[in-house]
Amino acid sequence: MPKVQEIINNLKELPGALLPILHGIQDELGFIPAECVPDIAKALNLSRAEVHGVISFYHYFRDTPPGKHTIHLCRAESCQAMGSKALEEHIKEKLGIDYHETTADGRFSLEPVYCLGLCACSPSMQIDDEVYGKVSADSFDAAINEAGATA
Amino acid sequence: MSVTVYIPCDSAAIGLGAERVAKAIASEAAKRNIEIDLIRNGSRGLYYLEPMVEVATDKGRVAYGPVQVSDVAGLFDAGFLTGGSHPQSLGVTDEIPYLKKQQRLTFARVGITDPISLDDYLARDGYRGLKNALSLSGADIVKHVTDSGLRGRGGAAFPTGIKWNTVLNTPSEQKYIVCNADEGDSGTYSDRMIMEGDPYVLIEGMTIAGIAVGASQGYIYLRCEYPHAHKALNAAIAKAYAAGYLGDNICGSGEKFDLEVRLGAGAYVCGEETSLIESLEGKRGLVRFKPPLPAIKGLFGEPTVINNVISLASVPIILDKGGEFYKNYGMGRSRGTLPIQLAGNLKNCGLIELAFGVTLRELLYDYGGGSATGKPIKAVQVGGPLGAYLPESQFDTPVDYEEFAKLWAVLGHGGVVAFDDTVDMADMARYSMEFCKIESCGKCTPCRIGSTRGMEVLEDIMQGRDLNKNVPLLRDLCNTLLNGSLCALGGMTSYPVLSALNHFPEDFGLSKQADAA
Repeated sequence: MPKVQEIINNLKELPGALLPILHGIQDELGFIPAECVPDIAKALNLSRAEVHGVISFYHYFRDTPPGKHTIHLCRAESCQAMGSKALEEHIKEKLGIDYHETTADGRFSLEPVYCLGLCACSPSMQIDDEVYGKVSADSFDAAINEAGATA
Repeated sequence: MSVTVYIPCDSAAIGLGAERVAKAIASEAAKRNIEIDLIRNGSRGLYYLEPMVEVATDKGRVAYGPVQVSDVAGLFDAGFLTGGSHPQSLGVTDEIPYLKKQQRLTFARVGITDPISLDDYLARDGYRGLKNALSLSGADIVKHVTDSGLRGRGGAAFPTGIKWNTVLNTPSEQKYIVCNADEGDSGTYSDRMIMEGDPYVLIEGMTIAGIAVGASQGYIYLRCEYPHAHKALNAAIAKAYAAGYLGDNICGSGEKFDLEVRLGAGAYVCGEETSLIESLEGKRGLVRFKPPLPAIKGLFGEPTVINNVISLASVPIILDKGGEFYKNYGMGRSRGTLPIQLAGNLKNCGLIELAFGVTLRELLYDYGGGSATGKPIKAVQVGGPLGAYLPESQFDTPVDYEEFAKLWAVLGHGGVVAFDDTVDMADMARYSMEFCKIESCGKCTPCRIGSTRGMEVLEDIMQGRDLNKNVPLLRDLCNTLLNGSLCALGGMTSYPVLSALNHFPEDFGLSKQADAA
């Protein structure tokens, strides 16, 4: 993958380069394919196990392709205080998937997040780069219809 | 003459529709052939009024909110560009009681300025602290910070001046300033507001720290859940470099300080300082044993100042007005101001910067307006997911590190999450254990295994199984977590769990008296 090699080459001289490289690859491809690991390890003089260990430690990094849109739903206390559990049930039922899964048509992935810092307007979620506060079942449906239209 | 209209670019305001409102106002103005100057400011922190639109008038800035796209045409009809009256009128912004009663030191500019405008920053006392710092010795800068009484605002409340002094007095070719911007606590958003709403104040604070202790490189470790803050910081850092406020020769002084933002990747434990340092080094975020302290052996093994966003963002005003000025706010050993964040089930959520000493009850009712649902507030969790739950009987506690400690509670990063009487506290305790299980770095056994066992025991308790055996078992387990964990994640998970059990035994199937021990 020439693009991945270019990311690695551009960033490998940074002190503590591994996280910037992993972010660079995930920004480009949406995930970090297992076949990138040997190249990263070689460039940073690490073992493949060390690189894999870092990828698997962080919740944000993924080694499988995400759906077209990723929904990050906040599960933390402030959102729970404003009914996020009922919202969570609605979303799972609507999409027919659980956390860490992707819909069969490949359009949506659902991931939990522990705080988006939007606690003054709970419950909150993020779809791709868009943030949403005071989310209700209806506003969720409207948001995915809007996102789905651009799929 | 064109009229200046302000609409926040703050992510929570955007989450409530600010982007759409900004577009609607721009297109409505174009349609009516009215010239407006649209400024995207930070949020004033009155989130119950967001999206809040402000207009510059001869009476000062007047506010309207919360404004939705459907209100825009009506606002134009009502003459909002000259401060015309409308159902959403809030009057002169600075006179809104929620804002007027505050003591904004660290947040002095947030919501007023265009966050990325260096001119705005300079026009409102920006870089005055740095200018003073450049005329002082490192030891004198540290003395100002020590005199101010500033304590780590990330939650641990360790005196900032002492930390800086250790780094100052540890000789090394290379030292680092690290900003902990991994604000993962639920109910907290003050770091986000500073980074999105006034990024220069953080940059200035870090630059002063670097000059004080002799560190030439700074890193902001920012959680990746904050893309808006990431953009704002990078834009401000680029401008600060271009204007000579960062780089090899800061303001012509010969001092050098470089600054870079690094992104985390969704690990809560990386808010723990040693785990954060491991992550910055490109490793799994495993907590380190202490000692050695990061101040002596930190990032890449070098002496490192690691401070929270608010701690560093409070430094410019301390260096501008002096340590004594800052110290004159507050009570007891809690000096200065704390940006308190109201969250969860409250009618009027928002940011309230006040001197230490305000009571929880004033915050919840005078500012917060009671619960959003109109039901009684049953419990509040202060200080994030590792903070204790407080029942109504403790609402008269003043915001003060020591007063909270007396109750076996913590102030943490100043987040206050309210719950109404529909909350099941046993379920919240179970969630605390689950959160610890998900986020544990796995290095120490009490946290790694104890959190899973805690969840299982709580599930048994919630099913009413063997309470005589399981409740003491839960207490014993919490004791192990508290005393045997390597860091606060495992250790402090006992706070929400045991406080829920102690204050709300009936939610655990126990009578009020039975488990008062």
